[in-house]
Amino acid sequence: MKIKKTAAEKAFDIANALFMTLLMIIMLYPLWFVAVASVSNPNQFIQHKGILLLPTGLSGAAYKAILDYKMLFISYGNTIGYVLIGTTLNLFMTMLGAYGLSRRNVLLRDPIMMLVTFTMFFNGGLIPNYLLVKSLGIYNTRAALILPGAISVMNLIIMRSSFQAVPETLEESARIDGANDFTILWKVILPLCKPVMAVMVLYYGVSHWNAWFNAMIYLRNRELYPLQLILREILISNSTESLALGNDSEQIAETIKYATIMVATVPILCVYPFLQKYFVKGVMVGAIKG
Amino acid sequence: MQSVQDRLVNKRPPAAGKKGWRQTLAKDFHRNKYIYLMLLPVVAYFLIFHYQPMYGATIAFKDFLPNKGIMGSPWVGLKHFKSFFLSPSAFQVIRNTIVINLFDLLFGFPAPILLALLLNEINASWFKRSVQTVTYMPHFISLVVICGILRDFTSMNGLFNSLRGLFGLDPVLFLSESSWFRPLYIGSDIWQGVGWGSIIYIAALAGVDQELYEAAKIDGAGRWRRMVSITLPGIAPTIILMLIMRVGRMMSLGSEKVLLLYSPVIYETADVISTFTYRKGLLESNYSYSAAVGLFNSLINFILLLTVNKISKKVSETSLW
Repeated sequence: MKIKKTAAEKAFDIANALFMTLLMIIMLYPLWFVAVASVSNPNQFIQHKGILLLPTGLSGAAYKAILDYKMLFISYGNTIGYVLIGTTLNLFMTMLGAYGLSRRNVLLRDPIMMLVTFTMFFNGGLIPNYLLVKSLGIYNTRAALILPGAISVMNLIIMRSSFQAVPETLEESARIDGANDFTILWKVILPLCKPVMAVMVLYYGVSHWNAWFNAMIYLRNRELYPLQLILREILISNSTESLALGNDSEQIAETIKYATIMVATVPILCVYPFLQKYFVKGVMVGAIKG
Repeated sequence: MQSVQDRLVNKRPPAAGKKGWRQTLAKDFHRNKYIYLMLLPVVAYFLIFHYQPMYGATIAFKDFLPNKGIMGSPWVGLKHFKSFFLSPSAFQVIRNTIVINLFDLLFGFPAPILLALLLNEINASWFKRSVQTVTYMPHFISLVVICGILRDFTSMNGLFNSLRGLFGLDPVLFLSESSWFRPLYIGSDIWQGVGWGSIIYIAALAGVDQELYEAAKIDGAGRWRRMVSITLPGIAPTIILMLIMRVGRMMSLGSEKVLLLYSPVIYETADVISTFTYRKGLLESNYSYSAAVGLFNSLINFILLLTVNKISKKVSETSLW
């Protein structure tokens, strides 16, 4: 059934396409600007006025300068560690909770579920959490970045609803074969819930990658800093002096910022298109259960 | 009739009933011992890392002394709440929190819905996919980097001032002017979140019955008519659900971003309750005072959530629980 479009509808289509194109330019241009600025010649870049479309002379000076900045790479390594260890713990704990709370015929299931969901709506606040971390003796240790956020309730709910969707008969037949709950979780549930586990890896992984606030309040030792905290020093506090620059430090300081952004962002943006479908899936799974 | 009989038969004397309840629980523990074993670390985690801080929040009613601990510090009643509400900062931070959130609700909340509706009108699937891929991208850039870029673009020689220069306007130090903080905050929020936020509405749009559109077309309904009468009602439950969640996060939202963008010169519009709590508590070590402000914040948040949920339950039968 095809119905001819009116002139007004055609006009709308064109306007819509133009708007979407403009939107894409607005989304991409800042990233393009950063990329172009990072390889520009620092002196020419400083004098540049107006919109930047192409590099103002090519120079790898900024990248060379940050290669000498040891803290950037120490923190990069730290972040990779936090992502790997943190996400593993997240998955393990969330999986246990999601399994236990998705079983039928467990008397205390609903009270425990209430205990868990209540924390979504009410929290003790910044200072009580800070005092807790201090009193547990994990202040200024890597554990302070990993333990307090071991389970995200939202993610627990997402995982739980996907565990619940596994047909009960599969579980029963495994039980008749003598499987206990650990075996059922490992051999029956997890293989069937791989997509949601992938989503969880990504959600938790990205949140560890982006985290900086807890590191700022719980860490004193710079050797433990994650990447985002070092980025904050360079980008927000403007402290590029620790990079030990040469004579033209003032000019190069600008382009160094852009090079740092590139080093910290490009790896994520390169893998993102391949992971996109998983993220989208996760948003939808989460949406169903609200 | 039979059920009444059953109930009469099952009715036991209270003492036995209590014992029966204990027995049932013991049996349940035995039968589900592995499940409870799994739930043990989970419950322990929530008790330690979520409920202990709730207990810790009682220092809001005490004068917290680090050497005496939470338990041993003396009670002072509402002293810290009073001193907060009587301070000039109270009005400023509460107002800023509300205003930023209202602006965000007004502009930030509808933006992804609008994007999803416009995307829905595009027929060429390659174009649609490209727009989606591009608009999701900023979501994956960390907040620190976003704020770093924003600071740079808004500096004296930054991109924004270069653009102003093209129109013959004088340069502005954006992040040192109170009046620019809110537009920049909301604008960058939309820039980063509009694509990602639209995913859920795109999913909801895909769920709208396509036959309704066909029928409406045959009846001669134009695009606008179809959107108002079919599309919007179709995704209304999702919109309401997202609105509830958004309002529930209202008082806690954005503190990290404000911390990365603000400076004392623009506290007038930029200082919010959560940043105030951070400064008072962790930079000035006024633990009890800060905990009181934080507790006030949590309470408002909780009340807001309950209220919105109740309203939406009445209006539309969509609710969180």
